[in-house]
Amino acid sequence: MTDFEYVLGLGDDALVAAQRLAQWAARAPEMEEDIALANIALDQLGTARLLLTYAGELEGADRTEDDLAYLRDDRDFHNCLLVELPEQDFAVTMAKLLFLSAYQKPLYDRLADSGDERLSAIAAKARKESAYHLDHASLWTVRLGDGTDESHRRMQDAVDRLWPYTHELFEGEHADLRAQWLATVEAVLADATLTRPADGGWTPGGGRQGLHTEHLSYLLAEMQVVHRAHPGARW
Amino acid sequence: MLQDIACGEASCNTDGVYGNDFGAPDDPAGQSLLDQVEAAERELRSAAERRLAGDDHLQGYFEAIIEADQKVEPRDWMPDDYRRSLVRQIAQHAHSEIIGMQPEGNWITRAPSLKRKAILLAKVQDEAGHGLYLYAAAETLGVSRDELVELLLSGRQKYSSIFNYPTLTWADVGAIGWLVDGAAIVNQVPLCRCSYGPYARAMIRICKEESFHQRQGFEILHTLAHGTPAQREMAQDAVNRWWYPSLAMFGPPDSDSTHSERSMAWKIKRFSNDELRQRFVDMCVQQASVLTLSLPDPDLRWNAEREHYDFTQPDFDELMQVVKGNGPCNRQRIEHRRRAHSEGAWVREAAAAYAAKRAVREPAGV
Amino acid sequence: MSDTPLWEVFVRPRRGLAHTHVGSLHAPDAELALRNARDLYTRRQEGVSIWVVPSAAIVASSPDEKDAFFDPAADKVYRHPTFYDVPEGAGHL
Repeated sequence: MTDFEYVLGLGDDALVAAQRLAQWAARAPEMEEDIALANIALDQLGTARLLLTYAGELEGADRTEDDLAYLRDDRDFHNCLLVELPEQDFAVTMAKLLFLSAYQKPLYDRLADSGDERLSAIAAKARKESAYHLDHASLWTVRLGDGTDESHRRMQDAVDRLWPYTHELFEGEHADLRAQWLATVEAVLADATLTRPADGGWTPGGGRQGLHTEHLSYLLAEMQVVHRAHPGARW
Repeated sequence: MLQDIACGEASCNTDGVYGNDFGAPDDPAGQSLLDQVEAAERELRSAAERRLAGDDHLQGYFEAIIEADQKVEPRDWMPDDYRRSLVRQIAQHAHSEIIGMQPEGNWITRAPSLKRKAILLAKVQDEAGHGLYLYAAAETLGVSRDELVELLLSGRQKYSSIFNYPTLTWADVGAIGWLVDGAAIVNQVPLCRCSYGPYARAMIRICKEESFHQRQGFEILHTLAHGTPAQREMAQDAVNRWWYPSLAMFGPPDSDSTHSERSMAWKIKRFSNDELRQRFVDMCVQQASVLTLSLPDPDLRWNAEREHYDFTQPDFDELMQVVKGNGPCNRQRIEHRRRAHSEGAWVREAAAAYAAKRAVREPAGV
Repeated sequence: MSDTPLWEVFVRPRRGLAHTHVGSLHAPDAELALRNARDLYTRRQEGVSIWVVPSAAIVASSPDEKDAFFDPAADKVYRHPTFYDVPEGAGHL
């Protein structure tokens, strides 16, 4: 049987990614991009809802998607650290999206063929969306990397700062996906005239075990404030 | 041209887009708003079938098009004033959609359920889309989007004053959907019959998409009004705060309204501010009773003689203050827009630089 | 920075129908124009195929030339299938 915490981790990745992307609403660099980022946020949010609902059923304690999203503290969230990092800079958002979607796409491909019927149906839907996210992030990574001097500097900086966090994605049973991930990401970085950071050194982790950065608690405080102020209310 | 379409303080806005300059259905009684949109779409098609009386004069041809309820299209000759009024009108409408993303966008990250979060995100996204449809329609009149955005950011063109009020609680998202979108739809459904083709087509598309916006607002308020005492109180408070600003969206009373006569002649206005405001009030009274919420007007009552509700007019002095920039959020809204625009400049420059490099590398290709 | 180029967007609503002009948008290049068009004009599954064309590449007839351009077709009713009387009983025409 599929593990509750594993599905919860997948759902938390999608939920926290959606929450970060939604923070771009009405402040994207171009109005067209506002719409694109909202689309991607909606995709991640939709997948999060399906996964959290399924996780709740696996747990068997009658917790709904909203119970799981709104009534857990950060120590009970199982998302990777990458998705919770703040996004003040559009280059950071695109680097995060590139790294995340290049991981989610092959992961969902694999889960779509898994023996778990529910999970495979969710993954089959989500992988098409991930392919689109990867396409979007790749286009922008190339434009920022190979655009102006300033955009090149910002994009390289974002890639360098986020690279250490990507190791956590391949902890555990899907470690072998990293080869495919690297092939995808390295090709985009090369197109973008960006340098692929070296491995080794600092490899932050712990998100899957509920040990997060300081940023997650703030993200959750904002997300949960209204829901928690009205215990038991319907919305 | 920019000077002309920039907005003098007293000359526009209040009778603007979310106010109501353009066109109107003949008899909307008994039709749902969405039916009216569809009727406008059918009429747009059938008007195109009609033959025009031949007239070799440009002015005569323009007038014949208007007379036959046909649409004026981008490359047709048109009077300068017609072009200028349209640019100003459509641009203000577009600006309103873009600025209007902020008050509701304020609650996306705090939406109290995942379902509500998804709906609100989709709604704010639609507003960006509507802004873009409208900028595209304005551009067919020979003005560029960059010029219009510049007029917005420099304060020379306005957006609807309603967005200068703050969203203080989650219930405000419901009140905006129900009252503000409701008033906007009453104003905008008539625009589906505007005599300028690209604007009419954009409005048909927008009104179809908007119908979900009003319903989601109504649903939020309905849920809150039937929830806990604290939720109910939140809903009533939001309705109390948004009611009069929503009535003010229809613009100043007819006695003070500018532009009307000419707009009537050009078939860009058939109902007055006061008529549309009355229609909105009549709609809301019944809906408020379904919500079990009250409208904050002790003098609201049915007038059997007029067959309409009597109601208290909004404070038009307050409206003029907000139009002049003295509303609670004027500065915040425009500063937010300026910041997004300036912080995004390096991204837009990068994309342009990349496109230029590629054009050199692959002159023929995509 | 100069204006981002304008693109005209055409959408094929369903298989079997022609692409129809739906509006325009701004994008720095063709790839982004196509993605933007998808997000802007097909959020509600309005299409199965999209074209984007640089607005600058469109050559349009002018309303002033309308008579010379379109009237010669007005008397060629034989181009319209309803011109023909179909004998009763002839199916599939």
